[in-house]
This record gives sequence, structure tokens and C-alpha cells, in this order.
Amino acid sequence: MSTATTTPRRELGTGRTAGTRRTLEKGPSGWLAVPALAFFMLFAILPLLGVLFLSFTSWDGLGEIKLDGLSSWNTVLADPVTGNALLVTAKIMFFSFIVQAPISLLLGVFTAASQKYRAALAVLYFVPLLLSSAAVAIAFKALLDPNFGLGPGLGLPFLAQDWLGNSDLVLFVVVFVIAWQFVPFHTLIYQGGVRQIPASLYEAAQIDGAGRIQQFFNITLPQLKYTMITSSTLMVVGSLAYFDLIFVLTAGGPGYSTRLLPLHMYLTGFKANDMGAASALGVILVVIGLALALFLQRLGGKNRNASQLEGA
Amino acid sequence: MNNLKLRTAGMAVSAAALSISLVACGSSGPAGTGASADSATMWGLTGGDQPVFQASVDSWNKSHPDSTIKLDFFANDAYKTKVRTAVGAGQGPTLVYGWGGGVLKSYVDAGQVDDLTGFLKENPDVQSRYLPSILESGVIEGKTYALPNNKVQPVVLYYNKEVFEKIGAQPPKTWDELMALVPKFKDAGVAPFSLGGQSKWPDLMWLEYLVDRIGGPEVFANIAANKPNAWSDPAVIEALTKIQELVDAGGFINGFSSIAADSNADQALLYTGKAAMILQGSWIYQGMKKDAADFVSSGKLGYTPFPTVEGGKGDPANVVGNPSNFWSVSSKATEEQKKTALEYVKDGMFNDENVQGLIDSGAVPVVTGIEDKLAASPDKDFLTYVYGMAKDAPDFTLSWDQALSPAQGDAMLANLDQIFLKKITPEQFASTMNATIGK
Repeated sequence: MSTATTTPRRELGTGRTAGTRRTLEKGPSGWLAVPALAFFMLFAILPLLGVLFLSFTSWDGLGEIKLDGLSSWNTVLADPVTGNALLVTAKIMFFSFIVQAPISLLLGVFTAASQKYRAALAVLYFVPLLLSSAAVAIAFKALLDPNFGLGPGLGLPFLAQDWLGNSDLVLFVVVFVIAWQFVPFHTLIYQGGVRQIPASLYEAAQIDGAGRIQQFFNITLPQLKYTMITSSTLMVVGSLAYFDLIFVLTAGGPGYSTRLLPLHMYLTGFKANDMGAASALGVILVVIGLALALFLQRLGGKNRNASQLEGA
Repeated sequence: MNNLKLRTAGMAVSAAALSISLVACGSSGPAGTGASADSATMWGLTGGDQPVFQASVDSWNKSHPDSTIKLDFFANDAYKTKVRTAVGAGQGPTLVYGWGGGVLKSYVDAGQVDDLTGFLKENPDVQSRYLPSILESGVIEGKTYALPNNKVQPVVLYYNKEVFEKIGAQPPKTWDELMALVPKFKDAGVAPFSLGGQSKWPDLMWLEYLVDRIGGPEVFANIAANKPNAWSDPAVIEALTKIQELVDAGGFINGFSSIAADSNADQALLYTGKAAMILQGSWIYQGMKKDAADFVSSGKLGYTPFPTVEGGKGDPANVVGNPSNFWSVSSKATEEQKKTALEYVKDGMFNDENVQGLIDSGAVPVVTGIEDKLAASPDKDFLTYVYGMAKDAPDFTLSWDQALSPAQGDAMLANLDQIFLKKITPEQFASTMNATIGK
């Protein structure tokens, strides 16, 4: 969505040309942002304005677009399904975060060291990242089928639960599948973060007699602050964008149990053919996404690394 | 950024792979070679009819190199979404595959499909080849906008004869018999009914038949006519109550709400003996004939009409389902494309080869004078049964989700899903649905 422009200011050297110095003092020329900005206007801002306009109309996708004031907004805000979709989204966001964050942090730290076997394991961990969400969903749907899936196939009654058909269970199954797919990505981020921590810090700690656990809590974790914010932003804001995986896996069901906001928006627009209401939901989604991203960025002070909104 | 790059790379790779496989598909048949910008386009559904449509179009393209048709296939649920978006954007295919009913009406209202009344007048042969009652489903306000293109699709109660023999039971003739069978099958470790609940429309077949058996076809006729409070009809409430009683009794297979009908998992449960019965359209016969040839050819597949309900007003011979699928001609297509499309409808469709292809696939074409051909088919028992069922039905109600407007149809499926999950009561269903009348 946006490009992360990091301005390295660390090595202000001497003996450079006047132009370079001006660049370093004022930052690079604003013209550099033009291509990205143009694309962003064309493919993000313009459609967004279109959606905002459509949310004040009624349109079934086929006939005329009629201006309809606030009626789509009234429908959406009065619909209990919208509230439920928000709740489901919040739950998935919360559980995804508390499942994924610790696992990927530990895996990231583990794979950051340079032994060969760790590198081999890291490759294995990254495999799910190469699969498309639809493929992951189809595979898990087949594995979790209560009649033909893994459980009945291997004769393990424990695995033959009604994983995707039980309203109480399905949310956690979805969180698990999401984690299976996205933990590798966040592991990669943490791995990179850990490798950037200067070895001298650990050497100093060792001389001071700090053990491995102490090193982890007193050096690794604080040094990873910005990595954590980046990863968390991607996790949390990414939760607002889970669509393909859940659409294929459960189609939002059973009932409304996994119908989260983006899915609700899609089904309202393209199944019920109510583009007005779907646009209103889209606007809500954008507002929540931006608010969360801003909030998480604030947590990290002025760190610009956290501005990678795309993700998950 | 890694994620984005990887995704982009992944998409590029899969797009490349897809286009390679598309090229491979295209070059294997004549369809790919003759397709040009002037070709008419056609979108069909994957599944039982797919090879028949493909063969028909292939042979058309071979004999008409100047007016070819480009054919693509989509899965049912995905197609319904895609075609509407495409038609709305003026990017629809020349020949639009449909079901008639409320969806067709919304196309007509938006001026997206051509009036075919004149075409039928000019070509009386086309008109007379169809069963008249079925041709009627493509008529909106006295004008024909859609012409039948495949097979009659009544909803049938299928059963696994082997499983029935094992517990010494007979297929149910009444609702009470059906309910009495439920514990017997459960004791034998077999689910009484399979159901593709995630797709939602298979749920609807239960409601359609029960409402018809209890209150007759007038109940839904009132709903379709947007009469106020039509959903509160006692027949609807009773039908929903009976569905919930069946759910409570454990009538449907474990995990029914996560089974998708598009993947044919629901019918697989029947022929693998994990479920004793399934209520589904006649089209699943084609699927089972392909996926479970032994099961079908050895006569283990049974079929019977939906049971009667005591005190019900509906004629037990009434049928619900789809009278056929239809071709409509997109009004946005070029003159050239329209000409090709109509010529194909006239000469390419339902010629001897096409009719025989449909029959061989296990379907009953919607044309007259095919009794001999049906009788000569290895599937004659089922085919003549379906043909008779459709022909002799006093009333053939179109599937409700297709008969109603898309907005109402979607609300109905979502709320019916809630009924099967016991999240709402029949009364709540009725009041929610009453609020959608006229939408």
C-alpha cells in the first residue's frame, strides 16, 4: 500500500559534495515520491472516494445508481450482523496476535543463530509462506473434514471433531490456520531483527556474567522493540484483511460464526447485491484500519519502520 | 516488504502457470484455434454437463469456423457471483447461463439481456422442440428472455439401498415414517441424511418441499408475489419447526454445516454408506455416475419422491427444483456475436448429438419426443423416473433462491442456515423475512 522510505542519517560523513550534503540535510527531493503517490492516488485514494460516494447510494450492481442519503448507513449500523462481524474481527485479531506473536518471536530468535541445522529448519518453517491462502484453506478443509478428513482417515477419533461446523470451535480453528500460514512471515521479520543486534552487547553481557535467559530479556527483547511494533502492526491490521483464507475455509459459517468484517462486506456486496451497504462497511473497515495503524505507530514513537501497512 | 514481494512473486508464478495451462487447454481443442475477437462467448458450469457443453461447442466450432464460440467454465457458487458482476459492468458473456426467476428479472429490468420473443416467432422449430411448461420459466411479463439449454432438475430424495437393506427399512412415504427411521439409522452407526449445509442452498430444498407438502404451492406463490407477511404463513412456520425437530433428532450428518455441495462431498457420503439418504437435485446423478460408477450401475442407488406430511394440502406429485438452466443473450454483445449465439441456439443446441450426449451423461434434456432415447439408455430407470416426475407434476416450483430477488434470496439462505443451526426460531425467521419483502 505504501512505501517505507527510511532515511539513513547515521553516517554523516565529511568530504562530500555540496549536493549530497543538501540531500542529507533536507532529505531527498520530494519528486522521488511522485511515481508512488500517483499510483497511490489512482489505485487507493480514488477508489476510496468512490466507495465513500457509493455508501450514500443504493445500487444492486446492475441497474442505476440512486442517491439514497443515509439509508445504507442506517441499514448497516442497525444490522446485528454488522456488530457480530466487528466482534468476530476483534476476536480473530486478538487471538491471532497472542498466538502468533510469541511463537514467531521465539522461532525468529532460534533461527537467527548461524548453525547449519537451524538454517535447515528455517527453510522448513518458511514453506507455508510460499502457499497461496486459497490452497492453504482447501488443504485444511480437506484435512479437517469430519467424515473424510485426517481423523477418520487415520482412525483417530480425537481428530474427528466437527472442526469447521461447530460454532464454538471454528473460530479457534481459523486462528490456528491463520497462524500456520503467517507465523513464518513474522518469524522472518524477527530473524532479521535479531541478526541486527550488535554482538558486542552479548559479549559485554557474558563478561558481566549474564545467563542466556537474562540476555534474552535484557538485550534481545529491548533491542527488538521496533521489530515488534512492525510485526504487531502487520498482524493487527492484517487481521482486518483476512478474507480469502476464511472465505474458502468456512465461507463465514457456520451461521455468522466466522463472518468477519471484510467477508461481511464482500457477501453484502456480491451475494446480497447491496453495493450501498457494502460500501458503508468498506468505509468502516478503512477507518478502523487507519486508526489501528496510527495507534500502533504512536507506540513506537517516530520510528518509520512501522509504516508497512500491507501484510498478512 | 518481504511479504509483498513474495506475494507478487507468487502471483506472477501462479499467473504464469495458469496461463501456460490455459494455453495447453486451448490448443488441445478446436475452440482455442478459431477464437477471435468476434467470437461469441459462453460461460457454463463445471460438473455433470461440462463435457456435453464442451463437445457441443467443439463440434459447432469445427463446422462453423467463421462464427466460433469461446466457452469457459466456472464452479456454481463462484459463477453466480462472477456473472452478475460481469453483466453489471457490461463485460458479460454473449450467452449468459442462468436459472430464470428473480435473477433473470433483474437482468431484464436493467436492460442487460435481449428479448428473444421475435427469434422464437421466426423459428417455430425452436419453440416446438421444448416442453412448453419449461419454456414458460424464461418468460418475464409476456416476453421470452431466456431459452432452456440443458436438463430438467427436480429435487429427488436419493437413498442407499444397501444401507436400507442392512437395517431392514423401507424408504419413507410420510414425514412420520421419516422421523421414525432416524433413530434406527443412528443405532446402526449411519447418518440418516447427508447435507451440504455450507453451501446453504441444499438446506433450502427441505424448506421448499415441506412448505409445498404442508401448504401447497400457493404459499410460495404468495411470497414470490410480495404479499405482505407472506412468510408468516402457518405452513412456513410448521415446515421450519419440522426441520428443527429433524436437526434435534440428529437427522443430519455430523458436521453438515461445514460440508460444501460444490465439492460433491455431500453425495460422496451417500455412496460411501456414511449416510442413508440425501435430498438433492437430479443433477447429482450425473456426478455419482462418474464418481461412483459401480454404486450406480449395480442398482444400489434408490430414489423416491419427498414424503407426504399428514394433513398437508400439497399434492404429493408436486415437484420443486429447477425446470432447466437457460441461455440469455447479452444486450451488450456485438451484432456479430449475437448472430453466432442465436445460430448456435437454433442449430447447435439440442441436435441429435447434443441430446444423446446429455442422456449419456445421466440427464434428461428438456425437449419433446425423447422417450425412445431415454428407454434405450443404460440409465433408463432413473431418466424415465425424472422425466415422468417433471412432466406429470401438477406444479413445478422454481428453487426459491432463484425465484426471488437476489437480495431476498440471500437473506433467506442466511436465515435458513440459522434455522438449521438452531440459532433462531421459526417465528424469528418469518419476521426477519417479512421485512425483506419487496426488496
